[in-house]
Parts: sequence; C-alpha cells; structure tokens
Amino acid sequence: MESTFELLKALTEAPGPSGRENVVCDSIAARWTPLADEIRVDAMGSLIALQRGDGPEPRPALMVAAHMDEIGLIVTGIEGDFLRAHALGGIDRRVLLGLDVLVHGKCDLPGIIASRPPHVLTSAERGKIIAWEEVYVDTGLPEDELSSLVGIGDHITFDRELLALKNERVAGKALDDRTSIVAVTLALQALRARNHAWDFYAVATVQEEVGIKGAITSAYGLAPELAIALDVTFAAQHDDEAPGTFALGKGPTIASGPNFHPQVVERLKAAAKAEEIPYQHEPVPGGSGTDAWGIQVACEGIPTGLVEIPLRYMHQPVETAALQDIERAGRLIASFVARLEADYRPRWEDEL
Amino acid sequence: MTDTLMTFLQTLSNLTGVSGNETAVRSAIKPLVQDHVDEMRVDALGNLITLKRGTGENPMRVLVTAHMDEVGLMVVGHTSDGGLRAEPIGGLDARLLPGLHVWVGKDKLPGVIGLQAIHRLHGNSKVTPVNKLVIDIGTTSKDEAQSAAPLGTPVTFATQFREIGPAVTGKAFDDRAGCAVLIALLQGERLPCDVYGVFTVQEEVGLRGAQVAAFAVEPDVGFALEGTIADDLPKPKEEKDVSPTTELGKGPAITVMDRSYTTPPRLLSHVLKAAAAEGIPYQLKQPGISGTEAAGITRARGGVPAITIAVPCRYIHGPRALLRPDDMENTLRLVRAAIARLTPETLAFT
Repeated sequence: MESTFELLKALTEAPGPSGRENVVCDSIAARWTPLADEIRVDAMGSLIALQRGDGPEPRPALMVAAHMDEIGLIVTGIEGDFLRAHALGGIDRRVLLGLDVLVHGKCDLPGIIASRPPHVLTSAERGKIIAWEEVYVDTGLPEDELSSLVGIGDHITFDRELLALKNERVAGKALDDRTSIVAVTLALQALRARNHAWDFYAVATVQEEVGIKGAITSAYGLAPELAIALDVTFAAQHDDEAPGTFALGKGPTIASGPNFHPQVVERLKAAAKAEEIPYQHEPVPGGSGTDAWGIQVACEGIPTGLVEIPLRYMHQPVETAALQDIERAGRLIASFVARLEADYRPRWEDEL
Repeated sequence: MTDTLMTFLQTLSNLTGVSGNETAVRSAIKPLVQDHVDEMRVDALGNLITLKRGTGENPMRVLVTAHMDEVGLMVVGHTSDGGLRAEPIGGLDARLLPGLHVWVGKDKLPGVIGLQAIHRLHGNSKVTPVNKLVIDIGTTSKDEAQSAAPLGTPVTFATQFREIGPAVTGKAFDDRAGCAVLIALLQGERLPCDVYGVFTVQEEVGLRGAQVAAFAVEPDVGFALEGTIADDLPKPKEEKDVSPTTELGKGPAITVMDRSYTTPPRLLSHVLKAAAAEGIPYQLKQPGISGTEAAGITRARGGVPAITIAVPCRYIHGPRALLRPDDMENTLRLVRAAIARLTPETLAFT
C-alpha cells in the first residue's frame, strides 16, 4: 500500500485545474474504486464513492467532501513565441515570475513564466509585482508550432514535485486541497475494516476555487442528512502568526460558527477525543470559503461541519503541510463516521 | 557536437556552485579536459587553469575564460521557529524568489520560500525584500535549523535541466553554457597558438577570478565566454527602446561595450571578419548592459585586449534559464574561428 507521502505525491502532481479535473479525478478514482461499493462521476465532474452502512434501511447518508481542483492559469492569447495568460482561481502574482508550469494544450508542454532580466529594469520596475498584462508563458516553441498545439482557453498548472522537508513536513503545489483528498482516502481505507451504520459518501468536488460549484451540485444530488467538508486552513508562519492562523503539526482544526451545526461540531470534537486525536479549535465568524459554505444551503439546508488541515504559503507552489495532520484528519473522519448511530439525526438544543 | 555540448551543459547546470563554492563544478570539469590539455592546475582562488599548446605556427598566448560560479543565496540567520534567513550571492531579482524550491548546502537539503497567504494580505501586495524572506526546510526550532544549515551555508535554485521544444532549460546557464563551450574547445583539435583555457571563480561577485587568472597567464588577447541576457519578450509599444538586448536563435552575441569594458575595435573587427569568413551567424549585444570577465582581463598587467562572446539566454540569474543549442554550437564555432585566424598583426596598431 502507498505511504501517505506517496499518495499525496501522486495526487498533488496530477493536474486538475478548476473545470478540467479529469486527470486528477482518474487518479483518485483508481484509489477509491477498490474501497467503494459504488462509484460514479456526476454531471459537473465530481467523483462520488459510496461505502454502504450496516444500519437498517432507509439508511441516513453522510457526505464528506474535499475539492480536487487546483488554482491555475488560462491561456488568453498567443503573441509571437509566447502565450498570454490570466488567473484561474485565486492566483498570487507575487510567485509567478520564473515559475515552472505545464501548458495543457493538445499535449502537455512544459513552460516558464517569462521574466525580463533585472539588468535592464529600473529600480521602480524591480519593485513592482508583475501585472497580468506583463505575464508571458515561454514554452520554447516558435510561434507556428506553438499555435498548432495551444489555443485560447487551454489550462496551465504549476509544475512542481512534492518535496519532503524535515520533520515529516511536505511542500508542493495543490496541497490545497489534495491533502484533504488524501485524508478522505485514509478514512475510506479505515472504514473498510470498521462497522458504520450510516451510508458514507466520499465526494471529490470540482470547481471549488472558482466559486464552490461542485459542492453545491453534488450536495443537491445526494441530499445527505449530514455533511462534513475537508479543506486547508492558514498555518502560522514566519510572516504571519496573527489570529486566524493555527499551528502546523498540532492536528487538524474543527471549525465552529454560523456555517456549522453546533451538534456536528461537538460530535467532531468527541470523535477526536475518543480516539486521542489532537485537534485545534477554529472559530469562523462568517463564510468559511469552503465547500461547507455551499453544502449548508443545498436543498432544504444540510447540517454541516468542517475539518481543516493547517497549511503554510496557501495558493503558492510551495504549500507546506505536516503529514501527521493529514493522517489525523483521516482518522478523525473515520472516528466520526463509525460513531454515527443508526437512529441519530442532528437536532437543536431546544428540540432535544 | 551539439549533443556533446548539451551533455556538458546538463551535467554542469545540475551542479551547485555559488561564488566561492565552485568545487563541485571544478571537480566535474577536470576529468572532461585533463586528457586534452598539456598542463592543468588550480590556483589560489580556485580557478582551474589549463594550457593546450598550439601547433607552433603562431607564438601568441590566448586566454579563454568561462566562469564556474552561479548566483544564489547564503544563510545569514535563523528564526526562532526554525526558518533560515538568507542574503543574495551575486545579483538576484527579489521578485523571482517567492514560491521557489531551493537546495540548501552541498547535500542539497530541500527548502521552500513562501509568503503570507494572499487571502490574508488585504491588498498589500508588494515585492518582499530578500532580507524579509525565510527559507523553510521543515526544522521547527532555532537549534535544529542551525545544526541543519549553519551560518554561511550556500543556497541555490533547485532546478533540473530539461529540454523544452527546440530549447533547453536549467539553472546557472550563466555561465555553465560558457564552461560547456570551453570544454568543447579544449577537447577539439590543436589551434595554431597556445590556448589557456581557464574556468574561473567569483565572476558574480566582481569578476575576481578572471582578474588573477589574466595576471598569471599574461595573455596577448582574451576571450570571455558567457551566457548573456536575451531580453526578447514582447514589450509594450510605448516603451522608448524596445529593442532586445540579444535574441534567441540569432547566433552568438558579441559585445562592443558593456557596463564594465569596451572591446578594442581591432579585436572586434577581427571577430566579425572571422564570423563572415566562416558563415557563422552572430549578433551584437545591445551596448551598455551588464558586465563580464573581459573587464577583468582587460585590466591585467599592462592591459590585454579582450572581447566577450556569449550564448544568448533568457531568464539568466533566475531559477530556470532557456537557450537554443544552435546558439551554443555557433558560439563554439565562432570562438574557434576567431582564435585560428589570429595573427600578431591582428592586434597591432597601424
């Protein structure tokens, strides 16, 4: 069986820009299929795997969602030997210059985000973050060959290997949100060997980075009794330790706030405590900016919870996480699912 | 020959060797040249000085340099949470550093350079100066960081050489491209004059190696082989001067004048005639930009006529440069032709 690092490496290095998640979807499906009773891809492209529970029918359904898309760029034009491009999702222009990318044209072409040499720039120019009008992608190909292989609307992703740092920390691209996909995969593995009463739907959603689209539609399709989203949150780092950041390596966070049903929050905490899984408490005063925000208002409304993995340098090609936190998030989900009694339904305090 | 040049470039590009730490590069070059030269030694600064004797037809001594060092960073401090602080070695563009993978130390310990998440910036998007950046190697305390990467540890871009389309890409093409051309020149047939092929150190911190090598060799003429800047991206039309510094695919770039020196007109005209006679494409580098080892050579002893011949490269001093193999091949042809056609009269005042 793959180690957590190997699994994360395979999944982060697979391209899956928002709206074109098929390659990473295939990679996830290959790992989920042997663990699932049923598996399918819905109309939007989200991957849905079912592990049936052993409770009496009609069984309640739990949806656990993590998004499989990643931020990237999209080709907007060809100018000479160079491509013009714009943002697909929340791209951070501060990290673009000199970056290795993959252009997903008729074939995958390696490219570089072009930069003008500092020798010829004024100090004012060297002090400015590159504007989108100045972004060019160099594939090394001359114009005629380039235009036969790449067209407007083709996607571009970061080209980065997953790196093993010290202390079981890992760095690379698309850890937002493939770390969560790994956690869900670990939960699927654990629950194959464990009884659970509820039906467990693992969902790898599409298009989170461009507006939480896949979560909304897959939640509508499944209409679950309860849903948990997994995503990444801000880890404390050298230039940001302010409130809203969480320690790397001290466990996933469990979020509370208007986006989440209080009883789901308490059950998540109880599930962590019962199996001695360290976690951190993340207060979220409004929108969580995750799949949980979309799922909560699907259909007639769905009681929702959120588990997040601390991540440094979010939306940069060096996103850094602790492998322990990913494994703990997987164990937390498995513990939560195994503890759902067949007759349990989320209730409000004043209804008990 | 192009394949051979690319093999040399690939080998050298993947090695780490910031200014003052060129040992790995020198060690890789030695076995490639030792059977093709008559003398070989390493001087006090670390220059690898070789002599390939001529056929005896021409009594001149010709110095050809290419520098082994590359730009990078040096660890200068450690943060309480285990990060590394670093300062540039040579000219680095601070805009290129965030988002990079780097190799720390000679064991190539992996590290990353990241910034506060864009979500939490609230529109405050400026270039972060190098001294505010931190290299994250996963260590979690100051002590652990100090023992993994002590003060002074060199840091380089973590870039592997690769082919893309008709081009090749990798780090440190400035000046491993020049080193590859010089290796091929030394491996080739004897020229009429003595050729001192010198792989120099510390170009990026002030042309230091070439200066002492030129003193030691006492040449009649010097050639500096370089990977130089191509600035041939599309540019906004309203810019005053939009002509590229050099362009890919147009042949070796010959320097008339840069920030560091001026090529003697007789030597320049000799090189241009050699190119014309052998049908080698070339381009003149836009004058006034950047500096090269020719400046160090020019000032040696009583003065040495020198010229820079360079392979045009995009994105030098960054994590991944890009060049066309045919430009390297033509650089080799041109420097060979220019040396072969030299005579004492070439440089004489008339």
